[in-house]
Amino acid sequence: MTVTTFDPMHVPTEAQSSPNFLESAHGIKSWIFTLDHKRIGIMYLWSILLSFLFGGIAALLVRLELLTPQKTIMTADQYNQMFTLHGGIMVFLFIIPSIPASLGNFVLPIMLGAKDVAFPRLNLLSYYFWLTGAALILTAICTGGIDTGWTFYTPYSTRTATSVIWMGLGVFVLGFSSIFTGLNFITTIHKLRAPGMSWFRMPLFLWSIYATALIQILATPVLAITLLLLVVERAFGLGIFDPKLGGDPVLFQHFFWFYSHPAVYIMILPGMAIVSELVATFSRRPIFAYKSVAYSSVALAVLGFLVWGHHMFVAGTSEFSTVLFSALTFLVAIPSGVKLFNWLATLYKGSISFESPMLYALAFIFLFTIGGLTGIFLGTLSIDVHLHDTYFVVAHFHYVMMGGTIFAFVGGLHYWWPKMFGRMYNELAAKIAFAFVFVGFNVTFFTQFILGSRGMPRRYYNYPPQFQTLHIISTVGSWIIATGFIMMAIYFLRSLRHGKKAPDNPWGGLTLEWHTHSPPITENFHNTPIITHGAYDYEHPDAKAFILQTQGKI
Amino acid sequence: MNSEATFFMPPAISTYAGDVDQAYYWIYYLSVFLFVAMVGAMFYFVIKYRRKNSLEIPSGPQHSTVLELTWTILPFFLVMAIFLLGFKGYLKMAIAPSNATEIHVTGRQWSWLFTYGNGVESTDQVLHVPKDHPIKMIMTSEDVIHSFYVPAFRIKHDLIPGQYSSLWFEAKEVGKFDLFCAEYCGTSHSNMLGKIEVMEPKAFETWLEHEHEEQNKAVAPEVLGQRLYTKFACVTCHTTDGSPRVGPSFKGAYGRTEKFTDGTSGVVNDNYIRESILQPQAKIVAGFQPVMPTFQGQLKDSDITALIAFIKSVK
Amino acid sequence: MSAIDTEVIANAKIEHAEHEHNPHLAHHFSEPEQQISAAKLGMWAFLAQEVLFFGGLFVALMVFRTWYPDMYRAASSQLNVPFGAINTMVLICSSLTMALAVRATQLNRNRQAFWLMAATVLLAGVFLVIKYFEYSHKFHEGQLPGHFYTFKEIPFDNAHMFFGIYFCMTGLHGLHVLIGMIVIGWMMVRAWRNEFSSQYYTPVECTGLYWHLVDLIWIFLFPLLYLVK
Repeated sequence: MTVTTFDPMHVPTEAQSSPNFLESAHGIKSWIFTLDHKRIGIMYLWSILLSFLFGGIAALLVRLELLTPQKTIMTADQYNQMFTLHGGIMVFLFIIPSIPASLGNFVLPIMLGAKDVAFPRLNLLSYYFWLTGAALILTAICTGGIDTGWTFYTPYSTRTATSVIWMGLGVFVLGFSSIFTGLNFITTIHKLRAPGMSWFRMPLFLWSIYATALIQILATPVLAITLLLLVVERAFGLGIFDPKLGGDPVLFQHFFWFYSHPAVYIMILPGMAIVSELVATFSRRPIFAYKSVAYSSVALAVLGFLVWGHHMFVAGTSEFSTVLFSALTFLVAIPSGVKLFNWLATLYKGSISFESPMLYALAFIFLFTIGGLTGIFLGTLSIDVHLHDTYFVVAHFHYVMMGGTIFAFVGGLHYWWPKMFGRMYNELAAKIAFAFVFVGFNVTFFTQFILGSRGMPRRYYNYPPQFQTLHIISTVGSWIIATGFIMMAIYFLRSLRHGKKAPDNPWGGLTLEWHTHSPPITENFHNTPIITHGAYDYEHPDAKAFILQTQGKI
Repeated sequence: MNSEATFFMPPAISTYAGDVDQAYYWIYYLSVFLFVAMVGAMFYFVIKYRRKNSLEIPSGPQHSTVLELTWTILPFFLVMAIFLLGFKGYLKMAIAPSNATEIHVTGRQWSWLFTYGNGVESTDQVLHVPKDHPIKMIMTSEDVIHSFYVPAFRIKHDLIPGQYSSLWFEAKEVGKFDLFCAEYCGTSHSNMLGKIEVMEPKAFETWLEHEHEEQNKAVAPEVLGQRLYTKFACVTCHTTDGSPRVGPSFKGAYGRTEKFTDGTSGVVNDNYIRESILQPQAKIVAGFQPVMPTFQGQLKDSDITALIAFIKSVK
Repeated sequence: MSAIDTEVIANAKIEHAEHEHNPHLAHHFSEPEQQISAAKLGMWAFLAQEVLFFGGLFVALMVFRTWYPDMYRAASSQLNVPFGAINTMVLICSSLTMALAVRATQLNRNRQAFWLMAATVLLAGVFLVIKYFEYSHKFHEGQLPGHFYTFKEIPFDNAHMFFGIYFCMTGLHGLHVLIGMIVIGWMMVRAWRNEFSSQYYTPVECTGLYWHLVDLIWIFLFPLLYLVK
């Protein structure tokens, strides 16, 4: 391979002589034994989208049951299994891997100017771990199901007759998929940046993915050992979490939340990563206060490890520890706020266009603001006593996880779809689907804040009749969301065959992935890029020419 | 503060509910303000700075130390103020007054057992308390984690097996207020409902004494049996109206021939009932799961006799 | 094109020519140093993760030691301190032989590395044999976790918890020892085939790092489990 100059502001002039990565090999073996990060990312993409489908169906069924105060379509035991499945599938199979494993795997090496991640075989192994974890969870579903809630609180989970051991083993294995992905990304970012790409010349997407990876490798092992202990307790009566065997159920909660709180930052940081890219590209401006945004990602990762006790304010911990955790919880709000302000300042004096990826980024700002502000209510001790374990909490975390992460993920999917598959989807259909998903989301979940503050507890199969009207509204909202996602599935799948061929740079971005073909060749670049500018240097004299030459007619 | 329900909150019945609501509404109005400001700015910018021609490259500020410091430090002070607000309110809720009357609460799947100071035990899922007097609940669970939640009082705390936890409240108005279990505990988690009945102090004293007398009277076996039926939570799985739940209904069960899950069949008589109480996995009626716990060590022989009499009486 | 760009490219061209046919250089790395450095960083990240993994168990251990100090003392006194001490020395020696093996590969001495790694595996085997004796004694005495506990001589109801934690921690550690033995065995095969040199010894070095961590975990386990007073 020859190394030549490659100024990012100049268009690759070689004709595309190599086939793109999708065409370079055929047959199922070329996929399941691939070492190409782009193929691995795409396999992950279909896997997590399938998980989202199943988790989503479970959600629709839960909401159907909640149309009436008493039994609607299922028994109490079936309902308890349904909400457990919804949570378990969505958290472990879908949202934790979602952005890093699919979009991250695809985009990260290209954005760095690299040919692949540091450890391609480990990357493939990570995907195999995901598949194995999914198979174990499927086994759990088929051998009695699971009815503990995705949080597995003891001693209910050590005694219930459902398939906790298979589920625990499944999540344990999935944990290693996450850990190895994080390990790969950290090493790649440290060691495989293109010449000239200093840390502060990296796109902000990479800073957030890096922070995410730190959490993945440090927090996930704690979940792994927790679940292992749970499995051993069930199988051998270990006596660590079950009081009848001498153990302490609150200890389980400490262990569980020590991972699961940082886990929510594994979920949101990649979402914020995408929003930085979208806001920069669709405002044609560098992200305001780049360093501030970069540092805030790392700050979130660090602070995220210090606040797990805020899930346990009424669980029997000491008053001292509740007060300490409340104070720390407020600290963690600051970096999130900083990012929001910086994105808004990026819009100031920008040149804003409203293609579908940008709609999702703007929706993120809208929805994450609500999600973040409602976190303030929950961090406030006197208020949390009332709101804990009510629908207010359910609404809060859906606003940040779905309104935040999933909206960002979908925005990123729209943004990088042309790059991954070489096809444009139908933009009008995308805008319509966006409207359904956005409106449906707010109808479904804003009502749940009201349900919660009025006293409606979570995980309730039956409920007092005074809550029915709000539940009906929420359920109707879920149908609106579902409609939007069905439309999305249709236009995305159609685009694979019938979509217009995508230009190299449909959105006018400047980061390195837009310097490759759509889809890229297997090695990503014909020549190693040499970086001489920051990631969003729109005001560089050559930037305009670059955009003109690569954007094509869309 | 007015104790009427508001858009977001149930009526404020306890002495500290007003403080909780005040904190809630402070944060609520602050949140509305911040949301309007930020989303308003977003809409304003995207409209004002929308792309006018596809070739334009804008030029704008890329950082501002003053702004960055401001919007890091100002929110810091804001959130610290909110923290202190919550902390103050929490202290009031966490420390019971020294003159509080203690009532014991035991949670179990899926009902509440209340034990009053004079030994009265009640399993009718209604907690009676006097108005205008602090009550401290000493709580534990017999099995899994439950949570005692009274929305009208704004109070909640988990019931943990193997440990005691506590909460306190003072109700300012008479009335009946919802009690919910707020920690998922299995099949009938959402049926683990109760009421807090706040009474005038005199009425409460009268009620408590009356209960005490009733519970100490010698009673017919089937009456004692019925008390045990609620006290030991049989009611959560076995109804008396014929509808099957987790276990078969007791209505008309005595004397009936049942098929069991091991293929055998037999009559529901005294011996069968006794065996089911002490070794519940021995013969399970077909169509039901082997989930009944044993009451070995918890029920005396005379208790079992009373229960048999009660079940016999449910026709 | 700036002056910096020219220099970077010139250097890259020279180094690249030297490594044109390095069979160990993966296609996505541009220089061996980069690949070696990446491998080491990856290994350290993996070790950090292992520390957190065992860390959870150590926390559980400390929590129960704090809550039930008398039970812990009584149960811990059932453990065989001489065996534990021998195992500690055995593992420390095995770390030494492993470190020497890494050094040997750095000095192009594949055969020497092979024998040093063989010694490491042997010592690890001794460790596991001693653990086997300890475990079978416990099985015999009924000093087992949870449901299986039948030992009568510790005057505490919850003594089974100590043995539960003991088996979990030493079991998980033992599993890591076994995995280490297999990986070192594979390195031995490669050393026999003369695959390592001063230019390429990363796999052995990374294996060494893993082995040192396994040793380090035992060095914490031993006093906490065996030497409680």
